[in-house]
Amino acid sequence: MSDLAQLDEATADMPALDEIVSAGEPWMGVVRKGQRFRIVDLEGNQAVDTLFYSAATMEERYSAADTIRAQGNLYLTTGTRLLSNEGNTMLQIIADTCGRHDTLGGACSAESNTVRYAIEKRHMHSCRDNFLLALARADCGLGKRDLSSNINFFMNVPVTPGGQLTFADGISAAGRYVEMRAEMDVIVLISNCPQLNNPCNGYNPTPVRLMVWDPLEAASS
Amino acid sequence: MSSRVLWEEDLHSGSHWSGVIRRGTTLRMTDVDGGANVGALFYNHEDRLERYNMADTLKAQHTAYLTKGLVCYSDMGRILCSITEDTCGWHDTLCGVSNAALVADKYGSTRFQEQRNGYYKNGYDSFLNELGKYGLGKRDMVPNVNFFSKVTVGHEGQMYFRPGGSKAGNHVDLRFEMHTLVVLHSCQHPLDPEPAYHPRYVRLLAMATGAAPAKEDACRERCPENERGFRNTEMLYAS
Repeated sequence: MSDLAQLDEATADMPALDEIVSAGEPWMGVVRKGQRFRIVDLEGNQAVDTLFYSAATMEERYSAADTIRAQGNLYLTTGTRLLSNEGNTMLQIIADTCGRHDTLGGACSAESNTVRYAIEKRHMHSCRDNFLLALARADCGLGKRDLSSNINFFMNVPVTPGGQLTFADGISAAGRYVEMRAEMDVIVLISNCPQLNNPCNGYNPTPVRLMVWDPLEAASS
Repeated sequence: MSSRVLWEEDLHSGSHWSGVIRRGTTLRMTDVDGGANVGALFYNHEDRLERYNMADTLKAQHTAYLTKGLVCYSDMGRILCSITEDTCGWHDTLCGVSNAALVADKYGSTRFQEQRNGYYKNGYDSFLNELGKYGLGKRDMVPNVNFFSKVTVGHEGQMYFRPGGSKAGNHVDLRFEMHTLVVLHSCQHPLDPEPAYHPRYVRLLAMATGAAPAKEDACRERCPENERGFRNTEMLYAS
């Protein structure tokens, strides 16, 4: 094997992006069509609140209702096509070592914290504050109007046959990951959930790792 | 409940409707023939950035569906409306709306030119139509309520549409706690297995009932979350 071929082999799996998002922080970035996008739950049971927008037409965005209805199942896992409000596949989940991800539970906010926990919780940091600040800083024309129902990667929100909704202990663990392949250029908006009042993350928000790989043919050319 | 009828109107089958319903007004929706579906979205009439939030509604009340005693939350921790009566028992919050592709695939393609007003409507375009009247659009569309439709969830997350969820004459009362822009459509539920295009009409009746009383209200006292939700709502109208 030539030196060049060895180098190719060594770099073939080098991610185009590899970042750690600290607990409680927002992250915004672009994943291009064909790229693979992995989120790693570094320490376990971290909720990663995520929204997707089409980079070409930002009025086209992830739709929780279309996604679960089209697959006839409430939970997201390998094989799930993440559909837009226009019925197009934005990304598809191609690997999942966690097993189940939520798209019903929404994102926490100062206002919902007052309802769910106590009026005194209003001051606490929240996912919707993260979303709003990230969108404002990006100056991309998006704002509160654009915060529709999100995905909560690694979060477990089971619904019983009787219709009860519960926030169960997480089923994720340190090192588990979910990986998607983008079917269009997408803008990713993440809040690495800062919620301190909910057992779903063990009352302990932790960092996650984001990785993006180029398509194999592009990486080797 | 003392109440005075304010107005009455039929929501035609397979059509869309919108209007402002004020705090203290109760809207009764009656499924006259049975088997109806009413897609509904709610916005704070004074600030349409504030809107019905499925997740906040479900999380606060630990439920995946709506019925009597439950309330619809906005994304600002306030209560848009309370369900004060329900002879149906289960209203879907999960499944969203049909769209043009789904309707064409299930029922076939139609055009106004041949069918006149009998052309097949879908929930997505119906909402867009009404929202456009207020300068709202795709960005303002969020997961909606599907009144009169029952969808249950299996242990592995499978979703099942339950035909017969609403019988002829079933009704649901929404007592509005905020001045609310109400957007409705009467298209079939997106998971309705009936092979024929067969939307049903619904009777709308508005009554002056007053908003939630301070004490002895089933919706307010259902859970501490709702007591705080009503507190947040009443702060907005305090004067």
